Amino acid sequence: MTTATVPLKAKDYRSEVKVVWCPGCGDYGVLNSVQKAFAELQLPINNTVAVSGIGCSSRLPYFLKTYGFHSLHGRSLPVGAGIKLGNPDLEVVVFGGDGDGFSIGGGHVPHVVRKNTDLTYVVMDNHIYGLTKGQVSPTSSPGFVATTTPYGAPDTTSVNPLAYVLTFGGTFVAQCFSGNPKQTAEIVKQAIQHKGFSYVNIISPCLTFNKIDTFDFYKDSVAELPEDHDNGDLVQALDKALNPPAGKTYTGIFYKASKPTLIENLRAMNKKVGADKNYDLNKIIDAHRP
Amino acid sequence: MSDLIIRIGGEGGEGIISSGDMVAQAAARSGLNILTFKTFPAEIRGGYAMYQIRFSTDEIKSEGSGFDVMCAFNQEALDKNRSALKPGTVLVYDYPGGDIKEEVNIDGVTCYNLPMSQIAKKELEMYRAKNMVALGALSELFDISSESVRDTIHSKFGKKGEKVVGINLNAIEAGAKYVRENHKKTDPFKMGKAERADKDVIIISGNNAAGLGALIAGCRFLSCYPITPATEVAIFMSKYLPKLDGTLVQAEDEIASIANVIGAAFAGQKAMTSTSGPGLSLMQEFLGYASMAEIPCVVVDVQRGGPSTGLPTKHEQSDLFMAAHGGHGDAPRIVLSPENVPDVIDIMVQAFNLAEKYQVPVLVLTDGSLGNRTESIQAPDPNSYEIIDRKRYAPNGDGPYKRYELNESGISAMSHPGDADGAYIATGLEHFETSAPGYTPELHVSMSDKRFRKLENIEDELPPIEVQGDGEADLGLISWGSTLGTVRESVDMAIAAGMKVKALHPKLVWPVPVKAITEFASGCKKILVPEINKQGQLAEIIRSKTDLHLIQYNVYGGLPITPDELFEKIKEVI
Repeated sequence: MTTATVPLKAKDYRSEVKVVWCPGCGDYGVLNSVQKAFAELQLPINNTVAVSGIGCSSRLPYFLKTYGFHSLHGRSLPVGAGIKLGNPDLEVVVFGGDGDGFSIGGGHVPHVVRKNTDLTYVVMDNHIYGLTKGQVSPTSSPGFVATTTPYGAPDTTSVNPLAYVLTFGGTFVAQCFSGNPKQTAEIVKQAIQHKGFSYVNIISPCLTFNKIDTFDFYKDSVAELPEDHDNGDLVQALDKALNPPAGKTYTGIFYKASKPTLIENLRAMNKKVGADKNYDLNKIIDAHRP
Repeated sequence: MSDLIIRIGGEGGEGIISSGDMVAQAAARSGLNILTFKTFPAEIRGGYAMYQIRFSTDEIKSEGSGFDVMCAFNQEALDKNRSALKPGTVLVYDYPGGDIKEEVNIDGVTCYNLPMSQIAKKELEMYRAKNMVALGALSELFDISSESVRDTIHSKFGKKGEKVVGINLNAIEAGAKYVRENHKKTDPFKMGKAERADKDVIIISGNNAAGLGALIAGCRFLSCYPITPATEVAIFMSKYLPKLDGTLVQAEDEIASIANVIGAAFAGQKAMTSTSGPGLSLMQEFLGYASMAEIPCVVVDVQRGGPSTGLPTKHEQSDLFMAAHGGHGDAPRIVLSPENVPDVIDIMVQAFNLAEKYQVPVLVLTDGSLGNRTESIQAPDPNSYEIIDRKRYAPNGDGPYKRYELNESGISAMSHPGDADGAYIATGLEHFETSAPGYTPELHVSMSDKRFRKLENIEDELPPIEVQGDGEADLGLISWGSTLGTVRESVDMAIAAGMKVKALHPKLVWPVPVKAITEFASGCKKILVPEINKQGQLAEIIRSKTDLHLIQYNVYGGLPITPDELFEKIKEVI
């Protein structure tokens, strides 16, 4: 990771673009925490790319001064992977919401995760589609009443993002609450520092459309992972993700592992075949002589 | 001999393709030009597979019409080709002891039996060697230089050791010996040798040529998803990209492939993906994004029979509408289509150059038969091509960077992440010059116009389109893609027959080269547009931009048009 040449403060990462979220939206806290994490790491503005999909939270890159890529609905991860592979020297942080990441984009998550792609993925999880004014999302509770489910969502189970990422081999899996900016900044910072794929699920309530999963609800229910939690143990991590005590939502780093990353694997492969930027194309042509 | 076509048919998995490849290699070693044509079953094993090789001392323009020699490995191959066994042709067939149970006699057809299965099983004790027995017999019968065949065996199997080479040489000799001892040649077909001092030749397939062209253009990033008949492009690139310190990704689906490509291109790479119709359907949303965010990228579509899963291994040119018009919104794109294998290399370089110059997605439409076929071609010189790179941003202290600056050409300078003071947000939203989102009527008009302005004069900025034939014509042909080879051959036939016929050979198919088409049409009494699709997709897009009256000739059975068929059509409509 490279660092900025001139010391940067959190506010130095904010662009002039007006933030368009509803007053009181949890995403404001996330934006502040992200700026704080960037400043603590002194990420160079020119070497950092904020990637997103579509949705309220996916507007976040516009509010940062770094390079950005506001991609398509559900496609932020493969775009982020392309950017990182296209120039591995860049710091690539991907942002989005629960619908973007786990519904329309849910098919990409397993593969970007299992390849240990060198990205940080920050999901602002509000259990609702906000930009389209309130529909059930994959993380909404079964039976959730919303505009297209007036009699309750006929779903049996909702997606558990932490367990989802853990199952596909995530090497850094954490959860935090946007109402706790200090913890959020710290976890985002550690996620960026992590080698390989890192996932941060940030509970970020939607005041406008979700009257169930509110700030007040989470203020009382979030709890830090117990002190004896071993975040090097995948079984413990899955257990904490799937079976928190009734009425509780754990925050903290569930799991952390050091494994070869996609970039490392590709570099090793290229090295093995004697990669050479000046490889003579005539050798390829010679291989096709009869 | 000036021109000979040998067709080998049998069950998929029986070594039809490898024996065909060996004949082609041996012929090229003997100084002949070759062009091969293959059809596969959609299954991995079983089903009818065919490999056809056309040899000539002259330039070969198409796969030709029918064949001179048919080599049938089984009854199905014989049945499928029975109607094409016209007087004057030759049949070599597996009998006795093979799948064909009766001796074959067809009026006017020279029939040579060859117990290839029996020889392989009983004499060589290796049934798999059947295809080599056939190769030996064919080389003996049609004077394919035995020295070239032996050289080919050594170069193909040398790495596997002397024993494997020996087994194959024995099989070849067994086939040749059977012919010497049992048949007296009565047909006129001989391949022989040719002098070709002036030509430095390689044999390469259309799909591999697409990869080679991309590498020459400077492409160092490919993301793919496996799909017939395009996978070979990625296989080729997977072998060479790591050697060039490049990157090949096999993504989870075609949407991820094009997302990877556009991400890498944003980061500064020349990047591409290769796919076929179903994959291109999935990529449409991102192609619109590339048009909107002005990100250069290249997509090769090796077309197959559609719609839907369609005919995965068959020939069709039916993706032109999608290539030109696919996706929502008004989105500028370029569509190019090469005519033959050497052209694939040139067009791929041109595709990257145009993508870089205009910052748009460029689609290259080949097709299954062009992708799979091999040709002996002049070895390209990688250093002889002009390579264009995108216009890059350089800060000049002149206020904030305007990624989408409005200017006369419509082409604005692009920064790459990592560039100082070049930060911007690539976006699919309508945007101001700085890339910040905006939705006013004036903005959407000025930005839409900017994006299309880039391609307004593209026809004038490209080399003139080739016209075959000259003077006033009773009939002019306009076609595209690999059908152009057939057009060349049948127009030559028509001109030789004293007809006033000419043809236009466009490689840029979208935006439609209206000026060249209008000028060409002004010298023709009638215009015929042959293409391999039901709707007449090229004809329709020409009509959308001109008021020309076009006669369509649509063939859509899963095979190319043959020069003979097109010549008949020319005679009919002229």
